[in-house]
This record gives sequence, structure tokens and C-alpha cells, in this order.
Amino acid sequence: MVFLGGQVLPGNVGRAILGPFADQRAVDALNHSLGVDRPLLVQYGSWIWNFLHGDMGTSYVFRAPVAPFVIDALGNSMKLALVAFVLVVPIGIVGGVMAALNFNRPLDRIISLGGLSVTVLPEFVTGIILILIFGVWLRWLPIAAAWPKGAGVFTQLYYLILPSLPLFLVLFGYIARMARSGMIEALDSDYTRTAVLKGLPWRTVIWRHVLRNALLPTITVIATQTGYLIGGLVVIETLFRYQGIGSLIFTAARGKDFPMLEAGILTIGIVYAVATLIADFLYSVLNPRIRLGAEQ
Amino acid sequence: MTDKNALELKDLSVAYRVGRRNRAVLRNVNLTIKAGEAYGLVGESGCGKSTVALSVVRYLPRNGSITGGSIALDGKDVMKLDAEALRRARADSVSMVYQDPGKALNPSLRIGRQLTEIFELAGITGQAAEDKALAMLNRVRISDPASVMQRYPHQLSGGMQQRVAIAMALANDPSMLILDEPTTGLDATVEAEVLDLIGQLRRELSASILFISHNLAVVANMCDRVGVLYAGMLVEEGSTRDVFNDPRHPYTVALLRCLPRGGQRKDQGRLDTIPGFLPGIGANIVGCAFADRCALATERCRAEPPPLYELGDGRLSRCHYHDNAQSLPRATPAEIAAAQPKQTPPVLQVEGLNKTYASHGRPLRAVKDVSVSLKPGETLGLVGESGSGKTTFARLLLGLVAPDDGGSIELEGKKLAPRLASRSEDQVKAVQIVFQNPDSALNRSHSIRHILSRALKRLGGLTGKTLDTRLEELVRSVRLTDRHLAVKPRQLSGGLKQRVAIARAFAGDPRIVVCDEPTSALDVSVQAAILNLLADLQSKQDVSYIFISHDLGVVRYLSDKIAVLYLGRIMEFGPSEAVFSGPHHPYTEALLSAVPKLDRTENSRIRLDGEIPSAANPPTGCVFHTRCPRKIGAICETQEPDLTEAQPGHTIRCHIPYAELARLQKPKAVEPA
Repeated sequence: MVFLGGQVLPGNVGRAILGPFADQRAVDALNHSLGVDRPLLVQYGSWIWNFLHGDMGTSYVFRAPVAPFVIDALGNSMKLALVAFVLVVPIGIVGGVMAALNFNRPLDRIISLGGLSVTVLPEFVTGIILILIFGVWLRWLPIAAAWPKGAGVFTQLYYLILPSLPLFLVLFGYIARMARSGMIEALDSDYTRTAVLKGLPWRTVIWRHVLRNALLPTITVIATQTGYLIGGLVVIETLFRYQGIGSLIFTAARGKDFPMLEAGILTIGIVYAVATLIADFLYSVLNPRIRLGAEQ
Repeated sequence: MTDKNALELKDLSVAYRVGRRNRAVLRNVNLTIKAGEAYGLVGESGCGKSTVALSVVRYLPRNGSITGGSIALDGKDVMKLDAEALRRARADSVSMVYQDPGKALNPSLRIGRQLTEIFELAGITGQAAEDKALAMLNRVRISDPASVMQRYPHQLSGGMQQRVAIAMALANDPSMLILDEPTTGLDATVEAEVLDLIGQLRRELSASILFISHNLAVVANMCDRVGVLYAGMLVEEGSTRDVFNDPRHPYTVALLRCLPRGGQRKDQGRLDTIPGFLPGIGANIVGCAFADRCALATERCRAEPPPLYELGDGRLSRCHYHDNAQSLPRATPAEIAAAQPKQTPPVLQVEGLNKTYASHGRPLRAVKDVSVSLKPGETLGLVGESGSGKTTFARLLLGLVAPDDGGSIELEGKKLAPRLASRSEDQVKAVQIVFQNPDSALNRSHSIRHILSRALKRLGGLTGKTLDTRLEELVRSVRLTDRHLAVKPRQLSGGLKQRVAIARAFAGDPRIVVCDEPTSALDVSVQAAILNLLADLQSKQDVSYIFISHDLGVVRYLSDKIAVLYLGRIMEFGPSEAVFSGPHHPYTEALLSAVPKLDRTENSRIRLDGEIPSAANPPTGCVFHTRCPRKIGAICETQEPDLTEAQPGHTIRCHIPYAELARLQKPKAVEPA
């Protein structure tokens, strides 16, 4: 898909690299050396083949292999995503659970409404607002995410807090809402009634009987959101001038650096697939019905 | 009072908050259950039975609240308990088992864990708790309890799940056990097993029982005393024998008349029905709640609410005219035109029908070598436990699944294509179906008029004026009125919805209608009306039915022929009367004896051990030999018996000769209720 998209876009690769004043013969020669004048199918075949063998191609712009760039950027993005993830998953789940336990009471209203309202704001809006508040007015946090070279883990963390906050806000609403509805459903279920009528203390009922069944569907949501988290980094990374995979793709797209663009997007696709796989695996571990179904 | 009461409800009133108004669900219910007593609570759905149970354990839905009266468990006022005391009461003295055991057990915990946690509450932990849990499972007679402990609920059958639920309820040795429809939704044979178990446990334990059921026969077999609930009020109470044999409230009288009893058949008369509907919750009731539906009601009944009259012997009736209750005239006349026996060619002829599914690479024979024939205006009843192939057979007829090569289905002498898509339009119209659940069978976003006109257009090929005329006829034939046409399915009650579903099936003048448990989700009074309707339509239009139901009384009422299926094979096939009155196949015998009856005293039930085997791996020889109480020896295990003609038109698949079966089954001439 990405490959095709790159091919049908207007513009000539050689022309884009050499500039509008270059000699047509030089452009043709470059196109030939890059291999972009071959038939589409052949290009696609060799691209996939090379990718599967670990060769992501050579950047048109940097005249260097793409792989180190992509891996570097992915590493940075993962750091950012991880910070956001570590923040949002527990807080989102706890928020949703608290909302469900206080069904229709003020706390529930605050969490549900608040979560929903920050979720519908796109991250560039919340990002800018957050930069204004914490970076410009209060000056608590650095507004750019790029930390000084050789900074330690904690310094890196310090720099990552502000960029991860918009991601946190977008995801919080989704996760809290899923956790809340899962909880409400589990609380209303017959097995919860059975547990209560056994005379188990309320804490035991919640911890042993309700939570596990309630949070199963939430896991699926979290997994799909992980994909979103990586993919949605473009805006945030650009906003905070952070060298992640999002800004790499952004730059590559602008520079018509197709090998870079394709490699970047394919990498995101792989991350997405892996995240979904992990979620399915987790789900099946937690859900005996599926686990045993697979064994039979 | 000298002996302590296990449960005492005084003037209990409960309301549900719906649309900012409190609507009364229970109205001043007084009820006492003595220690060790089994008390049955009956009534149609919506009369407040389950609300009684949930009030006792203080587990009303969020919008429910107790608006008056008191509940005393073991002499302690439940309403005054604080959270901790309430928890202890639930842990120590009261337990509850309810419908749908599959949902009542936590799907993600092993059975063992769900049992041991109860003992942990009492301070017994580790191995001791495990041992106790095992002992509990043994007590509910589960086979292989050690392996059950390690399993998850979905790995158990419905009957085993309910046994586990009962084991959990009894684990704390409660003084009060509440059973809320514990056997509803289970197969007849499984129901019989569970009821047996409860009966045995009652003798072993000291617990008092509150048994809630809409099935009068089940209550009749289980309980000492019974209360009849109507619109949130107790309308009649007394000993089980008295209430069922000599009812003193018109509602009880009418309820009992709705059941097809004593082998009643459609050509012997229609079932009685109860006109009208239960007052909705929160209805403002002046006078007697039942007056609107009662043919005996007078001005007095409509103006003056009857008190609970004491009739002596602990009998109560909330009717001004309790002495006359049994003179309640029938709501539906019993007379019907006698049907003439016809000499016509069969409408349906099925020969050697097979259906094999692939299950994990192995063949699963869902239907094996089935041959039946059916004449116009006749009903073929299909009976057998879940998994016996009833539904697959119906699907084959409808063309929803294609049979294996070889067999044939002929409709009016013409061969039916295996798949619906390759059948002619007339053939599609000719075979229709009515499902168990009209809710999911009718499109929720269309009006009844739309649903039926569409059926008339598609199946009847009608348009314009003729369509309107036919629509009117159709609606009248299922006894709906014009005012039902404008509404959507959800605005109708279950019974009315089922009428719409029946009208839809009849839109194209079908020759055969498959009725797949059409009354299982309905109350008895509604069930009676639907059965009458089906019988009337049949006598008028000469349509044939394939009638599937687990309720043998219902099957017997409507059927002319019966096919008893087990693991996809016909075990017995013949005229309804011959199959029911016997001599019959040992499997049929077991099925019949599993039916709870209103008027049985001794316990002569034949028990079927274990589960129905998997069709993917059927037993060798006679497929029934693993559970057969009349197995004669090695021949049953090695050689599959043929379906042999015992009498003209009556075939049985058994090694035991017919005369021998007759001799064996003679002492117990079982008559189903």
C-alpha cells in the first residue's frame, strides 16, 4: 500500500533530489542507479525481498542505508510511547474502575465526562495548551523533547513528561471508558451476585471475581491503542521536535525519500501487529475459555 | 409460636423506580416458612416471584427498594442488619441458587477455587478446604469430583454446572435455601436429575427451602406448601396437595387448566386460556387484581379489594367467592370440529436422510439414516435431549444445511433440492419455520404491518388491494387486531410476538411449518393460547407441523406422530398414542418418566446416568447402551439394532423384542401430565 502510494504520487525522484535546474540526463542516470525506472512489480518484489532480509534500502536523501535511521528513531519513539503507556494504563484503569464503583455518583460523572472531553481534543491542541501552561508560563518542564547528549535516564524521563502528556490525555478517556463499562457489566453479572451471596467480603468480591472478568475487554482496547500511540506520534514528535519515527516519516514524506518512508511505515505496521499479537496472547492467558479452546 | 420460623415476611412491599416513579412490585406479602419446610412460590413471569427471593437476600437491583414491611431470617430482621452483619448472614444462614448456572459461576476461576473460598470464610484453608470442597461435590453426586475441581465452568454441562451451584449454596450448611427457577432451561432428563438431587438433599439437610418456579408440576413434586403470587400479591396459599387438587382462587384454577394434562390431545378439545394480561408493575389496583381476567368477577370484586380469607387447615385465598372458584367458566370453549381421518398421499416423505459435520477432522453424524413420512394436517413431534439432532433435522428440511448425498426429501411427491437456493419459489413458500424466540426472529425496527406485508409480498406474491385484504385475514386468523399492526415488536408481549411470527410463517400458505420450541419461552397461559392457535390453524388449513419441544405434555397435545431421536438416530417412530402409552423404547420410557407430574406421589423415576455421548464419537453397537437401564448384554455393545416394526406404523430400534418390552414396562403404566 505504502509502496504504491509512494509510486503514484506526482514527482520524479531524481528531479526531487537533484533540484529543478539539474540536467535531464543526470536525472535519468540517477533514476537508473536508484532503480526507480524499473517496472513497478519488479521494484516491489526486490523491495519486499530485501526488507525480509533485513535490508531496508538506501535513503535517497542521505545516500546511506535506511535501517540505522529507522531503528534509532523507533528506539526514541518507543521511549516516548512507553512513558505515555506506563502513565496511562494504570491511571486509566483505576479511573474507570473507580467510576464504575461510584456509578452515577459525582466521581463517576467527573471521570467519565472529563475523560471524554480530553479524549475528543486532538493532541496538537492539548499539546500546545500544555506547552503554554507548563513550558512557557510555569517553566516547570522543557518544551522540546530532545534531551542533551549523554543525558541519564532520569533526565530523559524529565524531558519526556511533557510530550507524553497529550498522548496520555487522548488515551485516558478510551481506556477509562472501557474499564468502566467492563466493570459495570461484571458488577451486574450473575457470578458477582453469587460471590456476594456467598458472603465474601466486598474487597474479595471485587479483586477475585469482578476485576479479572471486567478488564478482559480493556486489554484489547489497550493493544489497538498501542498501535495508535506509535502511529499517532507524528504530530507530537513534530510539535516537540523529537527525533522519533513519526518525525522521521514526516521528513521522509516531504523529501520524497521513499525507501525511508516505506521502511518507517512498514515498521509501524510491524509494531502494530506485534502489539495486537501480544494483546491476543494476554487475553487468552487470562481467559480460560479461549486458552482451553485452543488446546483442544 | 414455639418453633422458630426460618423465614418470615410481614407486609413486604417492594417498588422499582422506573422513570422517576416508584412502581409497586410486591404488595404487602405475608409469608412464613417453618424450619425444615419446603415452600413453593408459583405464578407467571412478572408477578414478583424473583423479587421476593432477591429481597430476602437484600440483593435488589439498583432501582429497587423495600418500601414497607419486614423480613426476618431465623428470627433476625434482615432490614436492620448493617453491611457486615448482612455479609455474615449471607455467609452463614442463607444461600441461593438461580436460573442459568452457566452465568452464575465465575467464568475465569476454577470450580475448586470457587468452592474453597466459601470454606476460607469460615477459617478453613489449604488442604482442609480442598477436602471439604471435594466432599461437597461428592455430596451433589458429581462424577469424578477431583477432575471437576480443576475445570472451568464452561467445561461442564448445564446439569453439572447446576450441581456445582447447588454444592456452593450448601457449602455453608444454610438454614434457608432459596431456589429460583433452578431447572428452567435444562433438558427434561437433566431437570429430573437436579430435582432428584434436591429431593435427596432435603432429606439429608435441615435447610428450609423457598422454591420458586413457573412450572407447577415441579413445585408439586418438591414442596410441602405452596403460595400463588399474582401482581405482587399472594392470592392463594395452602398445602401443595390442597392447592393443586382443590384450588380456591380463580387464578390458580385457570393456571392449572392451561396445562395439557393426562395425555390430552388436540382432537379431544382445546386448552383453556386466561384472557387479558397481568397488570403492569406499579399499576393502580382497585378491588381484586385478577378481576379484569376473571369470568366470575362481580361489581364487588372491582370495587372492594378482597382480603386473604382464611379457609381453615392453613389455607388462604384472596377471593370474595373462594367457594365458587372452581366453577370458573372456560375462557376458551373446548369444542372443536372432529377431524376426519384422511386417506391422502403424504405431504412429506423423507428417506435415508444423513448429515455429517466435520468436527476437528473427525466426522460428526448429526443425523443418521432418518426416514419419516407425514400426511397433510398431521403433526410430527420430535423429541430427544439437546444434542439428539432435532434442530439439525429441521434445518435439513428447510434447506438451511445440505444433507449428505444419498437421502431424499420429497414434498408432495416432488423431490426437494438439498439447498434452499436451488428450490423453486413454491417449495420455499411451502416449508416455513416458527422459532423459539420471537424477539430475535422479528426485525425490531419494522412495524408489524411492515413485517407481515413484506412476508405476503415475498411469500404470497401479493400487491395492492389483494395484499391488504389478505393481511387483514392473516391478522385475524392469529387473533391479533388492527391496532397491533402499527406497533413495533418490542411493544408487544412475548405471546403476541409469537403470534406475529406464526402469521409470518403462514403468509405464503405453507404446507409444512417447522415449530422449534415455539412455546418454551412463554408462560403457561400464553402457551395454551399459542397451542390452541396452532391446532386451529391446522384444522382449518390442513397444514402439517414438525413440532420440536422438550415439553412432552405439549408435544403429546399437538402431535399425531412422534419421532424419538438420540444421537441423530430415530430410536422410535410411530403414532403419538402408541409411542406415549407404550410399550416403548427404553429411551422413550426414561424420557417420559423424567417429566415432573402434578399428581404423582411415589418416586418411580428412571434415571439416565451420565451425559448424552458425543455424536463425534458415538458408542458402538446400540448408541444408547451406555445409559440404557434395560441393557440385555453384549449384543447391545457390539451390534446396532435395526428399526423394526413392532406394530403397523410403530417402529422401535431395540434388541429387546416387542413382547418382552411390553412385559417389562407393564407394571408402571406411566401417564405424563
